[in-house]
Amino acid sequence: MRYHLNHLKELESESIFVIREVAAQFENPVLMFSGGKDSILMTYLAVKAFYPAKLPFPLLHIDTGHNFPETIKFRDDLIKKIGARLIVGSVQAAIDKGMLREEKGFNASRNGLQTAVLLDELEKGKFDAALGGARRDEEKARAKERFFSHRDEFGQWDPKNQRPELWNLFNGKKQYGEHFRVFPISNWTELDVWQYLAMENVELPNLYFAHTRKVFNRDGIYLADTDYIMKRPHEDVLDLKVRCRTIGDMTCTGVWPSEAETIEDIIDEVASTRITERGGRADDKRSETAMEDRKKKGYF
Amino acid sequence: MEYQNMELLRFTTAGSVDDGKSTLIGRLLYDSKSIFEDQLEQVKATTEKRGEEGVNLALLTDGLKAEREQGITIDVAYRYFSTPKRKFIIADTPGHIQYTRNMVTGASTANAALILIDARNGIVEQTRRHAFIASLLQIPHLIICINKMDLVDYNEEVYERIKEEFSAFSFKLDVNDVQFIPISALLGDNVVDKSQNMDWYEGPTLLYYLENVHIGSDHNFIDCRLPIQFVTRPNTDDFHDYRGYSGRIAGGIFKKGDKVILLPSGFTTTITKIDTYDGELEEAYPPMSVTMLLEEDFDLSRGDMIARVNNQPTVSQDLEVMVCWFHENPLRPSGKYTILHTTKEVRSVVKEIRYKLNINTLHRDQEDKEINMNDIARVVLRTTQPLFYDGYRKNRITGSIIFVDEHTNETVGAGMII
Repeated sequence: MRYHLNHLKELESESIFVIREVAAQFENPVLMFSGGKDSILMTYLAVKAFYPAKLPFPLLHIDTGHNFPETIKFRDDLIKKIGARLIVGSVQAAIDKGMLREEKGFNASRNGLQTAVLLDELEKGKFDAALGGARRDEEKARAKERFFSHRDEFGQWDPKNQRPELWNLFNGKKQYGEHFRVFPISNWTELDVWQYLAMENVELPNLYFAHTRKVFNRDGIYLADTDYIMKRPHEDVLDLKVRCRTIGDMTCTGVWPSEAETIEDIIDEVASTRITERGGRADDKRSETAMEDRKKKGYF
Repeated sequence: MEYQNMELLRFTTAGSVDDGKSTLIGRLLYDSKSIFEDQLEQVKATTEKRGEEGVNLALLTDGLKAEREQGITIDVAYRYFSTPKRKFIIADTPGHIQYTRNMVTGASTANAALILIDARNGIVEQTRRHAFIASLLQIPHLIICINKMDLVDYNEEVYERIKEEFSAFSFKLDVNDVQFIPISALLGDNVVDKSQNMDWYEGPTLLYYLENVHIGSDHNFIDCRLPIQFVTRPNTDDFHDYRGYSGRIAGGIFKKGDKVILLPSGFTTTITKIDTYDGELEEAYPPMSVTMLLEEDFDLSRGDMIARVNNQPTVSQDLEVMVCWFHENPLRPSGKYTILHTTKEVRSVVKEIRYKLNINTLHRDQEDKEINMNDIARVVLRTTQPLFYDGYRKNRITGSIIFVDEHTNETVGAGMII
C-alpha cells in the first residue's frame, strides 16, 4: 500500500499534531521532563514538531535529589544537544526551606513531595499548559484521561468534569488561573514506545539496558542499593544483572533482572513480559486507587 | 523489522452490562496477551473484596473509583492491544441512551464499530441506536457480533433471522460495509479461533476480520486540504528566510510543485517544499504532520487553509449541521457559541432548529425543539467569519465542528456539517 503510514508513524503524526496545538493555543507551555523514556520520546517528538525551529517552550525537571546520576547526565547532554532551556524544580531545596517535610522510615520516598514542587514551579513560571508523557495503557486511572486535561486553579483534576474530545478538535480554552496538562502520547503503549525508539534510533540512558548493579529485594521488587533508602537488617545486597523499565526517583523505581542489552532485546522482552511496567513502582502499590488519588491532587 | 509493517485500527464498542461486551473485550485483551499478571491479580483481589466469585473482567474496563462505587461506566475508556499485524485502539463506551454523547465521542475517530447483539433477544432498541450513531458518525466498517450463540444451540436459523432483521432497518442508514459474525464471547467461538460448533458459518472470526478489514481507503485521498496550525519561522542564521506552514493533512495527496490556492485570501501559488524533520517529502497525505513551503510569501496564519485550485472546499458563513448535544443546559435557540473547526475558531449564532431526531425511530420531530443532553438535532448556524469546510460525509476532519460555551469554555456539543 503506497499511501499508508505504519502504526508508529501514525502515532507520531498524532502526537506532533497535539504538541503543535499546544504551541498554538497556549501562551506559556512547558514540557515536563523526568528523564524517563516517555519524556525522552516527548522531547524527541517536540523537536520534530517544530523543526527547523527550536523548541518554543522550556523543559521542566522536578529533581527529587534522589535521581540516578545517569539521569542527570543524560538530561544535561540532551538539553545541550537540542539547544533547549531547562528549569529545575528542587525537592531538596523545598525541604531545606521548610516548605515540605520528608517522609521517614524504610519506605520513605520523595515521590509524593514532587507534586507540591511541580505545582509551585508551574505557578512561579505562570505556565498555562504542561506537556506530560503519560500514556493511557499505563494504569487504569489513565485509561480515560484526555489529551487536553483541564485543571482548576488549584491544579486539581476532576475526573467527572473533563471535556469530551472528538475528531482532532482540542478545546484548550480556559479561565484566568486555570491550566491544562496535555498528554500527546496518550495512545502509545509501552511496546509502541520501544518500537518507535528503535525505529528512529533514539539515544537512551544506559539504565534501560541490562547492566550489573548492587540491588536488594523488598516485597518482591528489586531496588537499587543507595544511601537514599534505609535497608532492613534482612535485606541483603547482591550483584545482579538488571535494567530499569521506568526511570524515576531511586527510592521507588524497581529494577528488573534482565539480559536485554539492545533495544531489540528490550522489544522482545516487553512483548513477552507478563507484568506492567508500573508493577515495579512502589508508589502505585500503596492502594488500589493510588494513582487516581495522586492525580486528583495534581500529580503528573 | 516486522513491527514496522503494522497498521493502526481504531474501533468503538458500545453495549450494556448484559450483552457480554466486557467479556468480549476481556477475551480480546487476554487472548492477545494484553492483560498483565499484576492487572489480573488486582482484579482478582477486588472481586474477592467485593464478595463476588471468580474474576470479574468488567473491573479491567471500569477504571475510576467514582465509577466503581456506583458500579457503572460513565465515560469513554481507551484500551489497547495488538497482534503482529495491527495495533488496536478500542474506544469502550457505555450503551445506555443517556450516554449517547459518549458513544458519539468514541465513534468520532473510529475506523470500525463493533455492535453486540444477544442472540436470545435479537435486535433491540439499543442495537438500532448503535447502528444509527455509527452511520451518523460515518464509521466506515460495521461489525455485528451476534453473541451468546452457545445459548441458542449454535442455531444457524437464529443467526440468519437476526441478520435479516438487521438488514431490514439498516438499509435506511448510511452504512456500506457490514460484517455479521456469530460468536460466543464467553466460550471463545469465532472470537480468535474458528468455532467448532458452527460449521455452517464460513466467514472470518472477529480477530481475523479486525486484522484484515481494508482500512487503506478510510482517509480522504482526493480532496487536498491542509488546515494551518501555525507558521514555522526559525529566525536562525541557518534558516534565515524560512517560512513554513505547519499542519496535519486533512485530505488529498499534496505533491511538490502542485499549484495551490490559499484560503481565505484566494491567492494561488506553488508548493516548493514539503518539509519534515526526517527530510523533504515528494508528497504528503493524511494523516501526516508536515510543514509546507510556498513559492511566494503570503500573510497566512492559523486557521487558514491550503487547497487545490480546481478542488476547493465550501467557503461560507452559513452551515447546516447535525448536532449531538453534550451539556445538561439545553441548546439555546438564537444562542451564541464559539465554534472550533479544523484549526479555526469563530463565533456563531443558532439561526434555526429544524428538527429533533428520535434516534430509536429516526422520526424527525419538528414540534419539540428543546435540545437536551444526548439529543440529536439538525440546526442552522451563522458564523462571524467564513469557514472552509466539506460535508462530513466527504471528509470527517473538514466536516466536523464542536460547540464551546462562551462563558464556561466547556465543550457543549458536536456537529457534523451536511
